[in-house]
Amino acid sequence: MHEASLAGGVLQLVDDCAQREGFARVLELRLEVGQLAGVDVAALRFALDCIAPGTRLDGARIELIETPGQAWCLGCNSRVPIAQRGDPCPACSSYLLEPTGGMELRVLDLQVSDD
Amino acid sequence: MCVVCGCSQTRRNEASAQLNKPLTQAGTQTTSAAVDAPVPETGPRIDPRSGDLDYGAGAARVSVPGLSQARAIKLEHDILGANDRIAAHNREHFAAHGVLALNLVSSPGSGKTTLLCATIEALRQRHPALPVAVIEGDQQTAFDAERIRATGAPAIQINTGKGCHLDAPMVAAAFAQLHKHSHEQRHAHVHEHGHDHGHQHAHGVRHSHAHAHGHEHTAPSLLFIENVGNLVCPALWDLGERAKVAILSVTEGEDKPLKYPDMFAAARLMILNKIDLLPHVQFDVARCIELARRVNPSIEVLQVSATTGAGLDDWLHWLEHELGHDHDHDHGHGHGHGHGHERGAGHSHASEQALRERVAQLEAELAQLRHTAAAPG
Repeated sequence: MHEASLAGGVLQLVDDCAQREGFARVLELRLEVGQLAGVDVAALRFALDCIAPGTRLDGARIELIETPGQAWCLGCNSRVPIAQRGDPCPACSSYLLEPTGGMELRVLDLQVSDD
Repeated sequence: MCVVCGCSQTRRNEASAQLNKPLTQAGTQTTSAAVDAPVPETGPRIDPRSGDLDYGAGAARVSVPGLSQARAIKLEHDILGANDRIAAHNREHFAAHGVLALNLVSSPGSGKTTLLCATIEALRQRHPALPVAVIEGDQQTAFDAERIRATGAPAIQINTGKGCHLDAPMVAAAFAQLHKHSHEQRHAHVHEHGHDHGHQHAHGVRHSHAHAHGHEHTAPSLLFIENVGNLVCPALWDLGERAKVAILSVTEGEDKPLKYPDMFAAARLMILNKIDLLPHVQFDVARCIELARRVNPSIEVLQVSATTGAGLDDWLHWLEHELGHDHDHDHGHGHGHGHGHERGAGHSHASEQALRERVAQLEAELAQLRHTAAAPG
């Protein structure tokens, strides 16, 4: 259940940002979560909902954008989509894949309010 | 005029008063051109002469219906960024002190602590001068640290409470404790021999490594970080280690690498432990290795029994290789590779070859792009 720690990390980023930018609460928060980032999107949403009350995230609309997994296939020398680690190359069925995308775990942007 | 959005001065003062903290100045000065054209806070900037509307003039450079554009903040920060910065500092710190740090990850009960005790005993025989220390992570109890201390090696226990993994700040704090304790011992030793080294920095606090370290830090040492028993969460947290070592016991089942792919993808080495139990359990070693390489084509694999000592030499070889002093012992293993343990000869060789070709291909592309960029016009 590391999603709870990650939710704490999100809140920390928001609070640090509030210090710099001077806002009272978040109206909307957009997060980017890669398919290969090792994070359960539903669990992360649940964890964020749990920690939000009483914080700047209280009542915020949270959008989780899942970016697709991508890998470089050493079998057919091409960039291919993969949904999870351990899947074969959809083109040549090789398992010699080096993930190249979908590992992101980032706060993209937020809409904030001063009151 | 508000430095954030170009709205009226009054608005800015209200906001400042409300929050009782200064508003940011960063990257918003460009809006000062709108001084003569105060606009409603949610509307576009209106050119006073032409009446043109500019929805991109605020700090956010974009219009968001129903919201003041001034309140859109682009962050693009990694959620694990704070941990990763401290992990980078740990890594730098370990390098400066000649410490090879390994992060041992596994499910509970795979035999990590037993393996560590056996490793410490064996290393003492082979390299009596090599300092070995352990950071133990568990939710509760100091049982494991006590087991390590019983071997004579220094150990610090981290109790995570309800936490399911170690993070970089915990390791930084534990290493400071460990270093302080063992440093006091060595300090006394050093003075006996009349060396002078004023090494007095406070650990756990960011500091520069530019100062001269005492001679005792240049000798290599080994730090095992035994993570909380958990095949999921520790995969995401960088602690500043050289490598993650995943330990899988044959009683757990051969399909674990595919069931918990993130951990095996993050590990450089997989140790199959408790191989003395192979006759009593259904565990297909070849299939386990095949599944591990599906999620991590370059993972190295060793087969070990910490209780009988089988395969322990291969693990010690691996550690010696990482420490940089390879095979200065008389076990007669030749080069030590390719006997009993899998270094992934066929499979990894092919992948290495393919990677080399890919690197060459990318270098050629880069050279061409540079050439194009450098060309006039």
